[in-house]
Amino acid sequence: MSDNTDGEKRGDPANDGQRFDRLPETPADRVVEGRASRAEVLDWWQERFGIGTGVFEGYSFWEKGAGKIWIFNGEASDPSEVEAVGMTFLRTRQEHWKPTGRAASRFGAHATRNVIDLGPERAARFAAGEDQDLPEWDGDWGYLIATHEVAGEPVPIGVGLYLYDELRSVVPKGSRADLPVVE
Amino acid sequence: MNPLDRYESLVDDVDAFRAACDRPLPSVVRTNGIAASPSRVREAFEEEGVSYEPVDWHDGLFRLPDGNPGGNWPYVHGWTHGQEEVSVLPGLALDPQPGERVWDACAAPGSKTTQIADAMDDRGTVVANDNNLGRLSALRHNAERLGVTNAIVTNQDARNFSVKPLAFDAFDRALVDAPCSCEGTCRKNPDVLDQWTLDHVHGVAGIQKGILSRAVQATRPGGTVVYSTCTFAPEENEAVLDHVLANEACEVVEFDLPLVTDPGVTEWEDETYDEAVTRAKRIYPHRNDTGGFFCAKLRVDGGDADGNSPDEGVDETEVAT
Repeated sequence: MSDNTDGEKRGDPANDGQRFDRLPETPADRVVEGRASRAEVLDWWQERFGIGTGVFEGYSFWEKGAGKIWIFNGEASDPSEVEAVGMTFLRTRQEHWKPTGRAASRFGAHATRNVIDLGPERAARFAAGEDQDLPEWDGDWGYLIATHEVAGEPVPIGVGLYLYDELRSVVPKGSRADLPVVE
Repeated sequence: MNPLDRYESLVDDVDAFRAACDRPLPSVVRTNGIAASPSRVREAFEEEGVSYEPVDWHDGLFRLPDGNPGGNWPYVHGWTHGQEEVSVLPGLALDPQPGERVWDACAAPGSKTTQIADAMDDRGTVVANDNNLGRLSALRHNAERLGVTNAIVTNQDARNFSVKPLAFDAFDRALVDAPCSCEGTCRKNPDVLDQWTLDHVHGVAGIQKGILSRAVQATRPGGTVVYSTCTFAPEENEAVLDHVLANEACEVVEFDLPLVTDPGVTEWEDETYDEAVTRAKRIYPHRNDTGGFFCAKLRVDGGDADGNSPDEGVDETEVAT
C-alpha cells in the first residue's frame, strides 16, 4: 500500500468526490477537514454496537464522496481512482453516523447492543421496507441492527432507525424483498 | 440457420446433444461461504419450505425446482447467489488462494468475482473489471449483497487494461470469462440462437484474443490464467488459445474439473490448432445435463515449478541492502 496518507503530498487537503482516499489513523493525523479517522470509526462501532476493534483489524477505511466510508480488505493505492474499493460501510459528516445495511449484514453478528430481534412477522415487514410501531423497545433511539432467527440463530437483516416508538426500515428500495413469514 | 447445426460434427451423440439443448435449465444457487455454510443454507431452506436439490459434484450448489432464487431469506441475507452450474467451473479451475492478487477481466455481473472472493476467504485483492459501466452497477450490487470486502472495481477496456490505478503491477491469477456468442446458454435463453451471426463470432473472437493476451501479460511468471466462454464455437475457444500460445509466453496446462468433459478440438473447418488445446475442456449439455461451456487453464512462462515468481528472492535481497 502507498504510504501517502490523506492527501498531504497532493497539496490540496480537500475531499475529492471522484476518488477514494484512505482515512487517517487518528484525528491528529487528519489533513482533510471533516474527514473521519480510522480510530473514530472503530470507536463508533464499539460504542454504538459493542463490536470490538479487533473485528476490523486488517481492514482499511476509505472515503469517497462527502462522508461515505468504505471498508476494504485488500491492497489499494492511496488515492485510488477506481469505481469501488471494498464495500460501503458507514455514512459520516452528519450529526448521527449511519451504518449501511450491508455493513450490518456483514458484521452485525458481532454486535452486542442496539440490536433489535424481530419476530417472524415483523422481520418480513422490515425486509419489505415497512415502518412499524414498536413501543416495547426500551433501548436507545437511533440506528439499530435488526435481526431475526434463522434455524436457531439470530441473523442480521439490516439497519433500522428507531424514533418515537417506531422502527423505520431503512432498507434501500432496490434491496427490499417480499418474503414469507417463517414461524 | 440454427448455429447448433454446425457443432454436430464435434459431438458423439447428436440426438442427445440437441435434445439437451432444447430442455430448460433449473434455477441454481451457489452458497456464499463468506456468509454461510452449505448446511446453514439447507437448514434455512427447510425451515422456510423452499424446495431444493443438491448438485452431486459441488456441495455448495442447490437446484431450486420451483425457481425464484431471489424470493427467500437466504438470498436476502447474502447466503446464496443465483448462478448457473457450469458458471462455477472457471472459478474452480482458477483456484484462487487467500491473500493473492487476482484479476477478473470481464467481471460483470459478478457471479465469478464473488465466487473468487469467497475462495480467497475474502482476503487478498480481487480486481473486478468490466468495460460496461451499466453492468458494473449489477456487479457492485452483487458484491455488496454477498458481503465481499476484498474487491476493487475498475471500468476499463480489458484489452488495454492499465495496472496504474492499483497498488501492484502483476497478478497471481487472472480469469478471462470472455464476452462470446453464448450458444451454451440456449437452455435458459433460447433467443441467443436467433440472434447468432458468424460475423459476430469473428468480431468477438478478436476481442477475446486481445483480452486473453493482456491477461497473460498482466500475470506474473508462473501465475495462472483461466479462459472460459459459454460458446461451442472453436473460433472463440481453441482458436483464441492457439493465437495466444503463438504470441504470448504461456502454455495450456492439464487440470481437473468435477464433471464429464470433452477435450478441446485441434481441427475446425479449414483451420488446425496447437495440439496443446486438447488440454482445454468442452462441456456439452448432454454430458452432465448443464449449460454448454468451454474452459482452459494457462500457466504464464517463467517462475519455478511451484509457480513462484523468479524475482521473489531478488526482492528480499534488495530489502536487506
